[in-house]
Amino acid sequence: MKLVDHFVEGLNSPICLTWELTYACNLSCVHCLSSSGRRDPNELSTEECKAVIDELQRMQVFYVNIGGGEPTVRSDFWELLDYAIAHDVGVKFSTNGVKLDKARAAQLAATDYVDVQISLDGATAEVNDHVRGPGSYATAIRAMENLYEAGFGQFKISVVVTRHNVDQLDEFKAIADRYGAQLRITRFRPSGRGADSWDELHPTREQQRQLYDWLVARGEDVLTGDSFFHLSAFGQELPGLNLCGAGRVVCLIDPVGDVYACPFAIHEQFLAGNVRSPGGFDTVWRESELFAELRGPQSGGACTKCSHYDACQGGCMAAKFFTGLPLDGPDPECVLGNGERALAQLEMDTVVPKPSLDHSHRTTRGPRKDAGDGAQRGSTGGSGPVPLTLSVRRPDRACDSDPLAGEGTRLPAGIRVG
Amino acid sequence: MSTTAAGAGPRATPAGVEHFDADQPYRISGSVSVRPESFGALVYDFHTRRLSFLKTRPLVRVVETLADHPDVHGALEAAEVPAPQRDQYLKALAGLAQAGTIKRRSEGDTP
Repeated sequence: MKLVDHFVEGLNSPICLTWELTYACNLSCVHCLSSSGRRDPNELSTEECKAVIDELQRMQVFYVNIGGGEPTVRSDFWELLDYAIAHDVGVKFSTNGVKLDKARAAQLAATDYVDVQISLDGATAEVNDHVRGPGSYATAIRAMENLYEAGFGQFKISVVVTRHNVDQLDEFKAIADRYGAQLRITRFRPSGRGADSWDELHPTREQQRQLYDWLVARGEDVLTGDSFFHLSAFGQELPGLNLCGAGRVVCLIDPVGDVYACPFAIHEQFLAGNVRSPGGFDTVWRESELFAELRGPQSGGACTKCSHYDACQGGCMAAKFFTGLPLDGPDPECVLGNGERALAQLEMDTVVPKPSLDHSHRTTRGPRKDAGDGAQRGSTGGSGPVPLTLSVRRPDRACDSDPLAGEGTRLPAGIRVG
Repeated sequence: MSTTAAGAGPRATPAGVEHFDADQPYRISGSVSVRPESFGALVYDFHTRRLSFLKTRPLVRVVETLADHPDVHGALEAAEVPAPQRDQYLKALAGLAQAGTIKRRSEGDTP
């Protein structure tokens, strides 16, 4: 049995666990995967969060991707960060940078086992702020300067690739180089408010090709959270596990303790349980019927007849679900155009699922002239996303090379030496 | 333990790679955590953030008991790794040493 088959059947504990600490956010990004904005009154308390961390330590979840919302607006964020690290749970957190002043940057630089990911969705203020809101570009850049000056080392810059920024990939790379950071680019998905901005923001078919070509030519040191595996159907397979990790090696704990199969699937249909229930997260992970189903044989539907099926595996579950396509149908961005055809054939009365929750600021929605903010940072809160967030080079291949011990794979949390 | 069974001696070690010598005592690195899984174990190094896979249970036993033996061969023996497979195991262990997952142990050394 190949290693990747074990991944398909699920592991004792997740490899890539995203934990959204709060739905509260100072921004209102138009593509926010968790429709964040307002704090949920039922949010896990500090003590409940620590109990979850204790459990993650017992389960040997080596690190968590913390996101939100904006996790740093929780007043106990720094306390929880220290608590996790002290309990053998490494942390990578995603932030828009709002709280990363010089003092916090210095504090982070002095902390082991923490990785920081700054969200940025435009290499220029114009492009970024259109999606993330006025002033958000300046905030992110200031946070990067602070981390750089504090000698933090290699933090990450996390970009959700959209129709508006796909031409800026080289510029993003230049920004990363300027601050000694690593670039991470992930796929935009129609999750949360992303459903509302999908038609405007998701890359066109020509841009998908452009993105693929860029990844092949320039993507060597760029993290992707394996989120572009649907593009592998263009030809050469992209590095990473070509596998949807939802419920298998990936899952999400949301701010109220609900456990979903993946950060991009905040919907009742993908809700596996709650960490507050008896048995806690461990029981949800091991015994949820939903996860058992996701770990079982999946039907690829008509896609299995496609010669590229091995490469793309039918694409992203969440992208299909939130565009109204069947889970055994093509990805909406299928590079062969099967998704577009399937979308065109949807019956007029097809009900496209809406996110079950909406914590958006009540005052900021509506037609947008110049703003909106927010981030699709699930993957991490990071990142990551749906497919395995094993970040870099295909571990399945590396493992195939030696029957006993797989070559190390760097996780998204990776890289920073220190 | 014999050195002849090795096959992971200096000449088999690529340039630039930490020299792995199966006649020496080893231990798991202090920053490394081992998580049992059905196929063997996941190994995570908190320092390098590197995730590795141990794909057989005997290899997990070997890695976890390295510190109890005077050399690597002793750990292989104790884990009852069949002789014909020893070379393969040594190669895997050399890879783990290269990645920093296991380290050579010195006297009085604790992980």
